[in-house]
Amino acid sequence: MTDLTDLTVADIRDGFRAGDFSAREVAEAFNANVAAAKALNAFIVETPEKALDAADAADKAKAAGETLGQLAGVPIGMKDLFCTQGVQTTAASHMLEGFVPTYESTVSGKLWAAGAGMLGKLNLDQFAMGSSNETSYYGNVISPWRRGGGDNAALAPGGSSGGSSSAIAARLCPAATGTDTGGSIRQPAAFTGISGIKPTYGRCSRWGIVAFASSLDQAGPMARTVRDNAILLEVMSGFDPKDSTSLDLPVPQWEANLSSDLKGKKVGIPKEYRPEGLDPEISALWDRGIEWLRDAGAEVVDVSLPHTQYALPTYYIIAPAEASSNLARYDGVRYGQRDLPDGAGLQDMYAATRAAGFGPEVKRRIMIGTYVLSAGFYDAYYTQAQKVRALIARDFELAFEKCDLLLTPTAPSASFALGEKQADPLAMYLNDVFTVPASLAGLPAMAVPGGLDSAGLPIGLQIIGKALDEQTVLNASLALEERAGFTARPDKWW
Amino acid sequence: MSIDLQTVKKIASLSRISVTDAEAEAMVPELNNILGWVEQLGEVDVTGVEPMTAVIPNQQRLRDDVVTDGDVRDKVLANAPQAEHGFFAVPKVIE
Repeated sequence: MTDLTDLTVADIRDGFRAGDFSAREVAEAFNANVAAAKALNAFIVETPEKALDAADAADKAKAAGETLGQLAGVPIGMKDLFCTQGVQTTAASHMLEGFVPTYESTVSGKLWAAGAGMLGKLNLDQFAMGSSNETSYYGNVISPWRRGGGDNAALAPGGSSGGSSSAIAARLCPAATGTDTGGSIRQPAAFTGISGIKPTYGRCSRWGIVAFASSLDQAGPMARTVRDNAILLEVMSGFDPKDSTSLDLPVPQWEANLSSDLKGKKVGIPKEYRPEGLDPEISALWDRGIEWLRDAGAEVVDVSLPHTQYALPTYYIIAPAEASSNLARYDGVRYGQRDLPDGAGLQDMYAATRAAGFGPEVKRRIMIGTYVLSAGFYDAYYTQAQKVRALIARDFELAFEKCDLLLTPTAPSASFALGEKQADPLAMYLNDVFTVPASLAGLPAMAVPGGLDSAGLPIGLQIIGKALDEQTVLNASLALEERAGFTARPDKWW
Repeated sequence: MSIDLQTVKKIASLSRISVTDAEAEAMVPELNNILGWVEQLGEVDVTGVEPMTAVIPNQQRLRDDVVTDGDVRDKVLANAPQAEHGFFAVPKVIE
């Protein structure tokens, strides 16, 4: 019999409906994998009973002949950045340790309403700030992947959605939620050989997601196949009056319209994404990707995004600025930790609470943000960054006059060893060099695995699309997926 | 422009994050590295460019001026480190 934990979301959904297995059998199989994978540290809280409750409800509904939700019988992982009613939500911080929301985020609520069950809350970089999952208060997440040749170094699952990527690659869940501010869905997907899509800014409600940088934050799915991402994204998307930036548009039928036939589509290859010194294996994969899309019927054109080199510094002004404002709410008064030294007044309590509650990277970003927004420096840093952001967005608009989508690498390297880049924040920030530009422009972008490098680690490709054109992004990703034939999986050591 | 120890302490104070002298000193080169790197944006010609605040064109919506929620005091207070008599409690503010 097939191992149920090897099935995709589509397989589980369809097999459950066909009566091949019960929802409870699926939930039990994934619960067992979660319980046996403590070494990966992918979960902050495990909720096997939630997965079983949803499964029993699905089995009962099916037996009674009721209409089944789109995700009936499918258990998933929930990034611990989504507020879940009655289940601790920490954003991987000490600050929110013990915080139990009295409400449900819009996106997680939609998933539960569609019949999905929750396997647990997934670890991440603290407040989603990081690219290696080394900033979590609850410890590093370990990638299930290892380099070949008996090298047992613990590798980064990427970040910030590193719990999600590690858990999916290790078959602890068939899919999970992620959030992406500058690459936090796509880079971890690339590091672990899975897929993930950041939709157009405004597709998924931000309500109930712990805020990092509000003009950039977007939720999205992560899973092993493009189809699974389409299935989840349809459920997660949709207008929400509780988010003032939510787009009031119907949700397209992305799954039903999946097609890897790219005839008539033009793929732009931005030359700025091939800087001198780009890893030759990444460069070679990109060339293969170009051939794959050509094989799918697309025409390939060269394009230029001249402000690409300024995207990262722009991001590292705008994101910290917004974070410094958003994270002002953690004051030790309304929720979260409080640190009250003897005899301290209100101001001392704020400062002590925030010193104890935030990790070093979070403090660093709050302070950078505070500085670039402070009197005398606001125009030189923040306003200038907003203007350069406009130029970066315009680069994409001009490129999309010549093509329908862009193909780039997802990350400049394969996964690295934990600890390898932690000493230098700037070296860590460079991980997001290929993902940040689409975030700044609010565009849909997807990571798909392309193959293994010479060390046996996954490397990935990225498709960037026009605003609201997730369909083309998914379709081109499907064309890559079919041609890459990526079936590699990590050997189980955990 | 580079920042010194005094500036780091001032930023920490504005951020309401208490730092020890040793922590502040360690942050001086760290923050200078990052700020020195982002300063390359100064070389971009932005003549006539409006600062971007919204990436996807969207209309601000108005809603009817009616009460849409409330009566959830206990839920609001449920996660407070200290709640008393239906209020958030803080250390004495006025000496």
